[in-house]
Amino acid sequence: MLTYFRDIWDGVVTVLIGMKVTWMHLFTPAVTIQYPDVKLKLPERARNRLYVNMDDCIGCDQCAMACPVDCITIETVKSTPDVDLGLTSVGTKKRLYVPVFDIDIAKCCYCGLCVYPCPTECIKMTDVYEFAEFDRENLIYRFATMTPAETADARSRLSAYEKEQAAKKAAAAAAKPAPAAAPPAPGAPPPANPETKG
Amino acid sequence: MKEFLLDLLHNEPLVYTLMAIVPLVWVVPFALFAVWWERKISAHMQDRLGPMRTGGYHGWAQTIADILKLIQKEDIIPSAADKKLFILAPYLVFAGSYAAYAAIPFSAAYVGSGINIGLFYIISISSLVVVGLLMAGWASNNKWSLFGALRSAAQIVSYEIPVALAILAVVMVTGSFDLQEINRQQSGWFWNWFLFQKFPFLFVGSLIYFVASLAEVNRTPFDIPEAESELVAGYHTEYGGMRFALLFLSEYANMFAVSAIATTLFLGGWNSPFGDWLAGPFWGVFWFLTKGMAFIFVQMWLRWTLPRLRVDQLMYVGWKVLIPFAFVVVIGVGFWVMALR
Repeated sequence: MLTYFRDIWDGVVTVLIGMKVTWMHLFTPAVTIQYPDVKLKLPERARNRLYVNMDDCIGCDQCAMACPVDCITIETVKSTPDVDLGLTSVGTKKRLYVPVFDIDIAKCCYCGLCVYPCPTECIKMTDVYEFAEFDRENLIYRFATMTPAETADARSRLSAYEKEQAAKKAAAAAAKPAPAAAPPAPGAPPPANPETKG
Repeated sequence: MKEFLLDLLHNEPLVYTLMAIVPLVWVVPFALFAVWWERKISAHMQDRLGPMRTGGYHGWAQTIADILKLIQKEDIIPSAADKKLFILAPYLVFAGSYAAYAAIPFSAAYVGSGINIGLFYIISISSLVVVGLLMAGWASNNKWSLFGALRSAAQIVSYEIPVALAILAVVMVTGSFDLQEINRQQSGWFWNWFLFQKFPFLFVGSLIYFVASLAEVNRTPFDIPEAESELVAGYHTEYGGMRFALLFLSEYANMFAVSAIATTLFLGGWNSPFGDWLAGPFWGVFWFLTKGMAFIFVQMWLRWTLPRLRVDQLMYVGWKVLIPFAFVVVIGVGFWVMALR
């Protein structure tokens, strides 16, 4: 009989204790962060959207090779000795036009492996993480800054230069005595070496 | 109010229709507000924020958006359901809970029907709700729904008795079933309320009534008929769209109905707590609704504090705790009333 009354008493008291706890929490500031209005600061080294600074890109293709999911597509066109593409911000000489630099961010796994090999530190992870799109095509980011006309111009100049070099080589081969030409010339000069020729 | 409208309009059917609509003007906005309020309270008790975006300030329009969505939804009746009963059940549930409002005195000047057995009428008409719930559970042809309905019936059997006994204790004091008469006997300052009269008998009686009324309206910790984690949603599992909204509306209407009865019986109804200060028919509405909402708040507070009871625990509380205590209250009040006569 005593347990009966004690149980009832305990029941009432514990309910009141519980109500006190919830009452206190009613006035505790909420821990909710109202996301689109308020954003948490990301960690310093957070990996999110990739960005490529095309001014510094030398088209070395190392990021594309490092990418485990092959989401980076790079096409390059060699420059001819008569043009100077300038230097990157770290002082590397630029020798290649980069008409295509596409990153399919839908494939990207945010591993960051492309960032480390870059010799000019032009590809990097940013803190932008809101880039949802309605069309998957829009997730292919095209970083290249060259217009189609510029690309066509660069290509035609390169092929003209290559033809010129081939003609020079043929002329040189013709000038040499015939027996020496029997094995294909191994030491043919590299066609584009602007640092020595330009 | 009836006499006033009769003088104004000279049209009895119209006046009675108007009188019947008045509580609906309160119940529907109340249900919309209470759902939002409940979500906010639950959120803040869990250190969250709840709905924050719809309508701007603290998501005030959330439930309006919800009800608009429910109205637009397709009216689905399961092919295996008992179609007639399935359609009828929500109306019956709502009719049962709304019918109780006929005798609830919102103010000294307004009561839907001033019958002298108002309390008796409310107890009996609110039992109609359970018939509707059983009907809904049975007609859904779904085992969870049927379980919910059966539990609801079992629960109401255990809880109508303490409710009736607690009410009986008040009736023994007032000597009347008329809710307006009960209110009038509590006029004056707040110590005249029956909550503080015949201490501690009516105080315990009010606790018994409150606990039992929680079970009557299927609120946590007695929400066994709905029991989301066990029964999906109990008797309204198969309902959707407007029918679900009607069931939900009647649930909240019921919550306010039991709170209104508790207010009338124990908290002085439409009486001002401060004697004649702020008293009168219009302030009466204010006091009545404020007290009712305070009860609603406690219901919500308990809901977000306590876990759900098991069926056998509920039976224990009903039959072995509340009923004996209710008898003690009834006997105590009876002797008190007898001795003082």
